[in-house]
Amino acid sequence: MTTILKDNISENFLAALPSIKDDKALNLLKDQGLPSTKNEEYKYTAITKKIASDITDFHQASPALLSDQDISGAAIDGLEAYILVLNNGILDLKHSTLPVSGFAITEIADSTTAPFHTDDITNDSFMALNRLSYLKGISIHIPRNTVLDKPVMVLNFIQSTAGQIISPKIWIEGAENAEAIFLEKTISLDKNPYFLNGSIEVKVGSNSHLHYYRIQNQSKQAIEVNSFHADVSKDATFTSFVLSLQGNMIRNNVTLNLNGSGCVGNMYGLYILNGKTHVDNHTNVDHTQPHCDSNELYKGILGDSSRGVFNGKIFVRQDAQKTNAFQQNNNILLSEDATVNTKPQLEIWADDVKCSHGCTTGQLDEEAMFYLQARGIGKEQARALLLFAFAGDVIDHIKVDAFKDYCIDLIHETLGTNF
Amino acid sequence: MSKDNQILEEFTSKEYEHGWSVNYEADEAPIGLNEEIIKWISSKKEEPQWLLDWRLKAFKHWESMAEPVWANVHYPHIDLQSLRYYSAPKQQKKPQNLDEVDPELLQIYERLGISLNEQKKLQGIAVDAVLDSVSVGTTFKETLGKLGIVFCSFSEAVHNHPELVKEYLGSVVPMTDNYYAALNSAVFSDGSFCYIPKGVRCPMELSTYFRINAANTGQFERTLIIADEGSYCSYLEGCTAPQRDENQLHAAVVEIYAAKDAEVKYSTVQNWYPGDKNGKGGIYNFVTKRGICAGDNSKISWTQVETGSAVTWKYPSCILKGDNSIGEFYSVAVTNNYQQADTGTKMIHIGKNTKSRIVSKGISAGHSQNSYRGQVQVMKRATNARNFSQCDSLLMGSLCGAHTFPYIDIHNSTAKVEHEATTSKIGEDQLFYCNQRGIATEDAVALIVNGYAKEVLNQLPMEFAVEAQKLLALTLEGSVG
Repeated sequence: MTTILKDNISENFLAALPSIKDDKALNLLKDQGLPSTKNEEYKYTAITKKIASDITDFHQASPALLSDQDISGAAIDGLEAYILVLNNGILDLKHSTLPVSGFAITEIADSTTAPFHTDDITNDSFMALNRLSYLKGISIHIPRNTVLDKPVMVLNFIQSTAGQIISPKIWIEGAENAEAIFLEKTISLDKNPYFLNGSIEVKVGSNSHLHYYRIQNQSKQAIEVNSFHADVSKDATFTSFVLSLQGNMIRNNVTLNLNGSGCVGNMYGLYILNGKTHVDNHTNVDHTQPHCDSNELYKGILGDSSRGVFNGKIFVRQDAQKTNAFQQNNNILLSEDATVNTKPQLEIWADDVKCSHGCTTGQLDEEAMFYLQARGIGKEQARALLLFAFAGDVIDHIKVDAFKDYCIDLIHETLGTNF
Repeated sequence: MSKDNQILEEFTSKEYEHGWSVNYEADEAPIGLNEEIIKWISSKKEEPQWLLDWRLKAFKHWESMAEPVWANVHYPHIDLQSLRYYSAPKQQKKPQNLDEVDPELLQIYERLGISLNEQKKLQGIAVDAVLDSVSVGTTFKETLGKLGIVFCSFSEAVHNHPELVKEYLGSVVPMTDNYYAALNSAVFSDGSFCYIPKGVRCPMELSTYFRINAANTGQFERTLIIADEGSYCSYLEGCTAPQRDENQLHAAVVEIYAAKDAEVKYSTVQNWYPGDKNGKGGIYNFVTKRGICAGDNSKISWTQVETGSAVTWKYPSCILKGDNSIGEFYSVAVTNNYQQADTGTKMIHIGKNTKSRIVSKGISAGHSQNSYRGQVQVMKRATNARNFSQCDSLLMGSLCGAHTFPYIDIHNSTAKVEHEATTSKIGEDQLFYCNQRGIATEDAVALIVNGYAKEVLNQLPMEFAVEAQKLLALTLEGSVG
């Protein structure tokens, strides 16, 4: 395996790590390096190469000067929500509006004091890198029987003056019977390249219901790897949604461990890409207990020379009888140069299960186009209608109306279909 | 449940039908693998220098390669140096026709239910019988010869049609392709060769029957099928091996070349010894099969019924190079006990308006692991490519596994690619429905499995379909869990 550490940038890379807090992670990183395309999991996404060429300074970017305008500019119309501001990965309490009760937030400077670990860093060296890099992680705890009255909007401001690294780290724990919705939006403050290597770990307590929605609409120079892990307990629900629109190269790793019987894990994703944007969604659902459901729907619309990669894994362990696991990936290619690589993967060791996956890649249905045109709808408008209907399937799973409307506006803007 | 277990036990203790072996005097190469052995094999077969050079080149390349580990199968390391790479029944002189073939060898095939003598009289199938490393006899040579069809053992082709062999050998599966293909290129001993001339529709099924008899011997055969412009042929392959405690290696290469308007249909019923109920013994089946639709409007269709071998690692593929060419893959893979199968296909769309269809049905029982691994690749200039893939898995019992690894890579916006897969077990309601109507559980399972696999079995030539159906019922007998 080629390693970024063996290349010329290696020494810089190590020297730039803020402090060595975790020997296991360090050894892993030294041992494996960052993954090349020879690594099966990164076969289509040469992100390490991209980082090596675009990132010039391997230090963590220091926080930017945020003004009140920045915050109000990032707000979503009509959305009533608590605001949690992250400035280059560091909590900005001054600009945040957090719930007064039923919500505890602490900063974690050292992985030895981390509240919990749900991720297995041996799987992916970007996680090891995050563990070595974050300056101040944030731990959020929602006590038992608490239902947050409003969603929490995480505004993730990024500013990189000289091609630096930003490593946010968030832990969220919802205790028994808790309910909360998190919305996240990443805002690039300037057009310099950066490498955003974030990690979010979620623990969903029994009968607790957590949702995490994200929008990735960043600068065209942005490189992002996001590792998302959720442990879901008995009778709990967890939903992940990610809308990817703009960036240079984005890799999302989402792992759901369904650890308690009767729980539900949902993963939704929509990527609408233009230019040379490359988005890679790797998902992983691990059914270890009986009577759990997982639903997965990822859709993509790819224009110009963009590239969409989807790799969905469903594991159903031997004990996980009566599992229902569904996975679907649909893609529409709008241009000659767009590329799709998809690999829906099922690994099943239990027999009394219902699992299915499907994937399609194609263009807009000509017959549907004709149908609309025959009814006096212009070609452009017909196309817009169909594309939007295709994307709508995923958007419908968003539970917060104002956020949903915002996503719809963004989609229209990206597709050029706002008539 | 206890009754089910009882049935399961009864079945698993059942012996593999073709597990016997015969003692005959054999001409064997010394154990081991090196350049000398390759030269030995080559000289034994009186091969021309170019072929020996080709083998040595492949061997050199093979030495630089590492054993592949990506497949979802687990087996102990195979010591390739401890194998014998050539074993042939001793014959006084080369038989000119079947009457001169040692009757003892013909008897082996008779016991397998393939009487070469009988075949000689019956119309319908021409058989090339391969025992360990060599071809023992080919039927219907003359009848086919009249049409210009060449159907003979690979070694005969090297002597009689060197120009064809030289042109096409390695053109579809290059010697550098993969570890086992390179190994095969270096040490292949025999196999079948088939050439269908321009515009000829082969009037009968062509068939090769592989049998491993000797112990500690790897079987490395090479099949080359060339279908010239506008021709058609249907090819069958069958295989069995004796029951032995050690694992045996079978690493074959099959190459199919289809020119403009040609069509080749390749069907396999693979029934190698799968090992006993504890997973001891059995054949390691590491096969590279690939066809190229080189000319426009050509078609290659693979149909396979996999019931045997301890470990299977096999991906019959199609390169759709010619415009409007079609590739098909139909597969039923059944694994029981401790069998492992990692099988699937690759469809590489290069030409315009190319179409491919994949139907894969996996059935796992016992402690077995059954994987589908497939790739559909649409290249940039493959406008209007169309693919449909369906891979279903049926699980019987809670100790087996079914896995799917489909790779779909699309580089052209006009492509239409669909993939769907499901995994489930035989529904209790389905069994109940059958029971209610007086069909015993055992028969109901056979019925349901046959229905499940029907889409694939229908693709098999009639002679094979009956055998395959029986084999399927037999392999799964008693595995209701």
